[in-house]
Amino acid sequence: MKLVIGIVRPEQANQVLEALHRAEVRGFSMSRVQGHGGEVERVETYRGTTVQMGLSEKVRFEVAVSDSFVEQTVAAICEGGRTGEVGDGKIFVVPLDHAVRIRTGDSDEGAVTPVSR
Amino acid sequence: MNAGIDTGDTAWMLVATALVLMMTPALGLFYAGLVRSKNTLNTFMMSIAAIAVATVTWAAVGYSLAFDGNGDLIGGLGNAFLSGVDFAPREGTTIPELVFFAFQATFCIITVALVSGAVVERMRFGAFLVFAALWSVLVYAVLAHWAFGGGWLLSGGTLDFAGGVPVEMASGFSALAAALVVGARKEWGRQALLPHNAVYVLLGAGLLWFGWFGFNGGSGFSTGQNSVLAFTNTLLCPACTLVVWFALDLIRGRKVTAIGAATAIIVGCVAITPAGGYVSPGWAMLLGALAALPSYAIIVWRTRTRVDETLDVLAAHGTAGFFGILFIGFFAQADWNGVSDGLFYGNAAQLGDQALAALAAPIYAFVVTFVLLKLIGAVMPLRASDREEAMGMDVVQHGEEAYVTGEGAILLLPDDVGKVAVPVADPG
Repeated sequence: MKLVIGIVRPEQANQVLEALHRAEVRGFSMSRVQGHGGEVERVETYRGTTVQMGLSEKVRFEVAVSDSFVEQTVAAICEGGRTGEVGDGKIFVVPLDHAVRIRTGDSDEGAVTPVSR
Repeated sequence: MNAGIDTGDTAWMLVATALVLMMTPALGLFYAGLVRSKNTLNTFMMSIAAIAVATVTWAAVGYSLAFDGNGDLIGGLGNAFLSGVDFAPREGTTIPELVFFAFQATFCIITVALVSGAVVERMRFGAFLVFAALWSVLVYAVLAHWAFGGGWLLSGGTLDFAGGVPVEMASGFSALAAALVVGARKEWGRQALLPHNAVYVLLGAGLLWFGWFGFNGGSGFSTGQNSVLAFTNTLLCPACTLVVWFALDLIRGRKVTAIGAATAIIVGCVAITPAGGYVSPGWAMLLGALAALPSYAIIVWRTRTRVDETLDVLAAHGTAGFFGILFIGFFAQADWNGVSDGLFYGNAAQLGDQALAALAAPIYAFVVTFVLLKLIGAVMPLRASDREEAMGMDVVQHGEEAYVTGEGAILLLPDDVGKVAVPVADPG
């Protein structure tokens, strides 16, 4: 099992959702985060106060998948998140020790594999 | 005090003018709630820009072209740059012409702001400023002359109390043309583009309704019977629109929606705008109820098309204004308005006069706006790049955000500004 973490532009989040759907990845969570990569920083002015915005809005997807699904998941996030400009984000794949589906108590592979209702 | 000035009338018109001016920031709030959060400020700023630009063009030539003389198609330049606009009463009224000028200016302003609803979230701010300046003269001032200033519609007998022609139909059909020329937002039809704050939408609509009492109640330029009638009709008509809209929402989706209610308030206020001083309170209530139907239908239909007339100016203003103008032709009542009867009271000719306005105004507004935007587009880009559109117009066009947190913001001292300032619109 792996945890795939994808950090993407908020405006690409819907594209990522669509790509994940097409790849038949059904379970994930997403959160709004702020981050800083190599992108050009925005300079904003508020009534004479000029600031350089070091953090950009990003959306963080977390997808727990069985090993056989890692490749499709990473490809889907890449496909949905890419615009070709600096600031498209990163994907991290980290090992996952243990997972439990709270409703049933299923654990590990069983917990991250979608079930038909 | 000049002879011919009535103090009561003048006092009311001073208040009414301020009420109508407030409608433009209210519209900005209404529109800002309907867009995505990254475009909040830009959308609001288009309304603020209308106050800036249209006031200047109105003082320069717009007022004169609309209200100087009785030319069929256009007024003269006798009042250009406020020449001769002073404390003497405006012809046909008991208020100083200065007040009359200011009151009419607020109408021009809000009409320009209304059109922005068609192009929000993608049109460049600079291009909008140019458009607003030219449109306020070429479309608004001309149609205001036709309907209010002594042009061919007014002299031909068309009744338009507070601006079904120059405000509502002009903005609605110009919005359609603007949406076609500027083009749809890039995600239109592929992604759900949702309103980001329904509370702004409701509050904006409520403040618009409040201001509309000055808009309609002031359009008699007095405290006379037509003004009083229009004032009370401005309460009755939108309330009936709301009730019918609730019913339509219930039938269609089993729930009464907040944004639907805000839309209904606008539709009802628009419908009573041309008819306010001409129809009885009873007919005004029927007008409000019936006006909900075509506007509701157009909103439902429009979202299934490729046309991204983003904030439904055509449905809310063009359609309801069209409906209100025609309604006068049926139900105007000389017993109430002292001017003319409609078809229902035996004067079929009035319906003909109304139909003429309902045909001429949309065609003029659509064609001139279409050509004007094509010409502006030949000189400068009308819309932001796809990349900028994705980032949001607030940061790209204004260098500000509506919901800035300050986290990660590094203060730049005056000496640093310019060294590190890489405009976000021009990365690299």
